[in-house]
Parts: sequence; C-alpha cells; structure tokens
Amino acid sequence: MSEQSGAQAMQFGIMSVSDITRDPTTGVTPSEQERIKATLTIAKHAEEVGLDVFAIGEHHNPPFWSSSPSTFLAALAAQTERLIVSTSTTLITTNDPVRIAEEYAMLQHVSDGRMDLMLGRGNTGPVYPWFGQDIRQGLPLAIENYALLHKLWREDVVDWEGKFRTPLQGFTSTPRPLDGIAPFVWHGSIRTPEIAEQAAYYGDGFFANNIFWPKEHYQRLIELYRQRYAHYGHGTPEQAIVGLGGQVFMAANSQDAANQFRPYFDNAPVYGHGPSMEDFTEMTPLTVGSPQQIIDRYAAMREHYGDYQRQLFLIDHAGLPLKIVLEQLDILGAEVVPVLRKELAQGRPASVPDAPTHAARVKAEFGDGPTRQARPGANRGDNLTGDSPYEDTPAPAGAAFGLSRKGA
Amino acid sequence: MTLRRIAVVSAGLSNPSSTRMLADRLAAETVKALRLAQGPDGEGIEASVDVIELRDYAHDITNNLLTGFAPPALETAINTVVSADALIAVTPIFSTSYSGLFKSFIDVLDPDALTGKPVLIGANAGTARHSLAIDYAIRPLFAYLHADAVSTGVFAASSDWGGAGDDVAPLAKRVEKGAKELAQSIARRDAATAADPYDPATYLGEGRSFGHLLGGLAGE
Repeated sequence: MSEQSGAQAMQFGIMSVSDITRDPTTGVTPSEQERIKATLTIAKHAEEVGLDVFAIGEHHNPPFWSSSPSTFLAALAAQTERLIVSTSTTLITTNDPVRIAEEYAMLQHVSDGRMDLMLGRGNTGPVYPWFGQDIRQGLPLAIENYALLHKLWREDVVDWEGKFRTPLQGFTSTPRPLDGIAPFVWHGSIRTPEIAEQAAYYGDGFFANNIFWPKEHYQRLIELYRQRYAHYGHGTPEQAIVGLGGQVFMAANSQDAANQFRPYFDNAPVYGHGPSMEDFTEMTPLTVGSPQQIIDRYAAMREHYGDYQRQLFLIDHAGLPLKIVLEQLDILGAEVVPVLRKELAQGRPASVPDAPTHAARVKAEFGDGPTRQARPGANRGDNLTGDSPYEDTPAPAGAAFGLSRKGA
Repeated sequence: MTLRRIAVVSAGLSNPSSTRMLADRLAAETVKALRLAQGPDGEGIEASVDVIELRDYAHDITNNLLTGFAPPALETAINTVVSADALIAVTPIFSTSYSGLFKSFIDVLDPDALTGKPVLIGANAGTARHSLAIDYAIRPLFAYLHADAVSTGVFAASSDWGGAGDDVAPLAKRVEKGAKELAQSIARRDAATAADPYDPATYLGEGRSFGHLLGGLAGE
C-alpha cells in the first residue's frame, strides 16, 4: 500500500451529513441522484487534493440520502487509491450488530483495509421505532450492540444472548476481518459521558462532533475519555486516540468568505434563523474566513483537547453547490491542511500514537510475520462442532485430519 | 449559620415589570422567613438571591431552542437556576397560562434539572379572574418536572397593588404565606450539591466500571 497507510501522525479529511438542501441563492434543490453523484465527486476530489479520510453519515429520512453508507463507501473505495473511507456515524442502536459486522468486514476486504467505522446513536427519534427499537433504550442498545459487534469480529464462532437481539448459537460472521484485524472503531458523541467511557473501556477511538457546541462541552468529554482510557490500562491519557469534527468556509479574503457563506449559514437546517453567523462562529468551531484564519483556529485545537489523531471538516452541507465545495477542497488541500500538518506535528511528543491505519495495526499484531488468512474448512455442514470453521494460513500439517489450528 | 442560594426567575416582558415586583417581594419575604427558620445547626438560615429576568435572555433562549446549546450568558443563568437550593418562578398570565418565554426557558433546561427542587410559584395578571391559572396551568408543569412546588402559589392582580385589592387575604399576607412554606421546604433539606455528570461515579455509580453497564455480558 502507499505511504498513506504508513505512519502518519494525523489524518485530515471531510465528513458529510448527506443533506439535500435547497441552495438559498438560486432556489434550486438538487435531486437525490445529483447529490449522490456530487458527493462521490467531492470524496474523490478529497483524495486528489491530498486529504486522507472521507466519512459519511447514516440517515433514514429525507432530506438525507445516505441510508446505505457501506454501499456508497464500497463504490468510493473502488474509485480511489489512498483515501480511508469511514462512516460518521453508523447507527449502533438501530442496526443489527450482525449486519454491521458483515457489511463493514466486507467493506474492509474490498477496500484493502482502507476503512474504519464510527458509531453513533442517531439524530432523530423516529428512527428507533422504524427499526423496531425503543428510543428510551438508546444507551443500553449502544452498549449491548457494540459488545456483540466487538465479539463477532474477534471470535470465529459466537454464542450470544442479550436483551435486544435474537440469541445466537454457534454463529460465524462472514467474511472474517481482513488479515485477522477488526476494523478500527471510533465512538462518536456530542454529549454522552457513557459513550466516552465505552470508547475508553475497549481502547477504541473517541470522536467528538466538535461542530454544534462550544468547545467546553467537548473538552470535558475528551478529558473524561483520556482519563478512562488510562484507567482501563490502554496507555497514558495522552495516548488515547482522539478525532475531532469541525466546519469551515474559506476565501482568500475573509470578508468574501463571510459574504459568500452567509446565505447558506442563515438558512442552514441546523442553525439557520437562529444566532448570527458572527455569534455562532465565536461560540463554536465553525470558522468562516481566510485560510490563515482557519489555520489559526484549528492549530489551536490541540491546546483545547491535547494532541489528536484525526480532523474531519464538514464542508458540503446547507445547499452549497458542487462547484463551491470543490473550490473549498482545493483551498483545504493546497493552503490549509499542509500548514496544519506541519504546525500540529511541531512539538508533538513521540509517545503520542499516530493515526490508526490497517497497515499499522496489522504490524502491531503480527510484526513482519504472515497475517491471518481465514479459509473455511472443507465439508463443514455446521460450525457448532470443532474448534473453528476456519483453517488459517498456512494450513498446519495434519489439518486435513481435523488438527486445525484454533482461530485468531 | 447555614448559607443557601435562591434563584428567582421573572418572565415579565416590560420594564419596569409588575411580575418582577411580585418576584422581588416573594424573594425578600423568603429570605426573612429563612432567618427565622431553624437550620441543621439550630441557627437561622442566611440566603442569597440571584434574580434572572428572562427578557434579557429572550434571543439566547430562542437560539438555544434552534441550536441545542446555550450561549454563554444564558448558560450562566441556567447554571444559577439548576444549582440553587430553591427556585421562585414568576410569570405573567397570557391566554390562561404561563407566558411563552417562561415555557421556552423551562424547555431549555435539562428535564431532570429541577427534580426535587423547592419551588414557589408566582403569577401576575390584570384581573383576579385568572388566579386559578397557577393551579391548572403552572403547577402541572412543575409536577411533570418532579419539582417540589409548595402548596401556596401567589397570584397578584393589578388591583392587589392598591389598598382595596383583597381585604380578606391581602397580597402581603399571601406573599408571607408562600414565602414561609418555601423557607420551611428549604430548611428541611441539606444544601444543594451539584453532581458532575462527567464524573464516572455519577453515571456508573460509586466504585463501578463500564463492565457494570454491560451487565452480565462482561461477567461483572
């Protein structure tokens, strides 16, 4: 794989919430097909301008189009070479964890490990009953479903009984994770301390939305996650894996940026018709201005949150037309991210881990030795008997006589 | 001497405001009653009062409803209310109920924030014909929030501010009655302590780990 999958202190990318919003300056609302194809173009351009990650949300209601992120991300992975594709977020509450295990292990295989998963609880109450769940159980669902997902990716044969899902007896989730390494998981949160606790407990990444609210909310969450990460024995607080959202709009001249973005801000689904753009940019990480202003604001993030591993920007929402979004990417790639990479690398302690990649995680598990290559055993009518339904590579001597090696 | 903090929320829209006048009387009378009450140490209770005029936060409250977070000034006001030992809530009566601004402020509070908090309800309107609005419209709101509203609500009509408002139970008497009940409610309780939602002991329980949230799944 390319240099991208080697050691890289920080990953920069963009995330989309997949909203289809009327452009307030033209009155035009794109069709679903236009917006879906435009998002593919945007994501591919993110790679072209040197960004590392593209992430897409999951929603099941208009005006959003992204109900099947794994399908979209598979198409994107096929059309890119370096880009890490991710979700932002996958609904751990209403998706069957078995389907998540299967779909994202598949995405891991077809993308050669260029993917990871971000989990969240969803943005609208009705999504729970649409998928047969109860919103009042949101947190217990997030906890139990992830416990099962975690197990399905690490154990070839799973027996399971929980509160929310049909019990499993001798179930094998296929395909097994690429190289025997489960996809990297980020736990996304806006305000819930239990989710920070969950990320810390498993030693997974924690992604703070860092879009809607003042930094003080996220500071408390990230500080909690770092402390609990150390509490559960995964490393020092500084070694916890932190990702941040953010949102920006740029132009060479800061007044032009404000003028160009204001109609989109004023009518945006999330904050439109509320606070002024000036108030909102002061209170939240939204930054509208020159590339240097973006750099200054985001280089300061580590003063608030500590050294971190991933920065994703929201840039394609609120009805912004494709042409403007691509221009924003050009500025990000040419003027903002290279400087931020440099500034955030300065004085970064060697003990702070690099951003997680499949290649690095394979190396941590197997060194330079062979990775796990799961092969289903021959003539297995069931996976209830024996050690594992798989023979790993290399097949041990005598495997044909039932002496198969135990799975990962 | 024990110290307590009383938050006063006044939803009057004009300035000067008769809603605020009622709020100030209720607050002053409650402070007086607390001095005469017996705290845990057998001495009287000294109380400080923070008054929040919702009119000053009207734009912030709307912004909070739309964005999900409170601008800094409103956040300070919210913290003042939710961390206080008691709340005196006074609203004008509009169309048989609390004012929209008053309800919007309640709506941006965490739904659990007023649980168990002693509350004295006050209301203000042009005529005494609205006086039951406290009991059929405002009290149910605080009941829903599991706040502990004292049984006397103090309603003031315009005429109450003149000498002949109510000869049988003049406003001063009713203010005194409500304030005394609130003071007793405060005196019965320990001083309010704020639980930090980001303290693992708060969301997991003392001495517990994430394994307990997982229940039997982690064998804990």
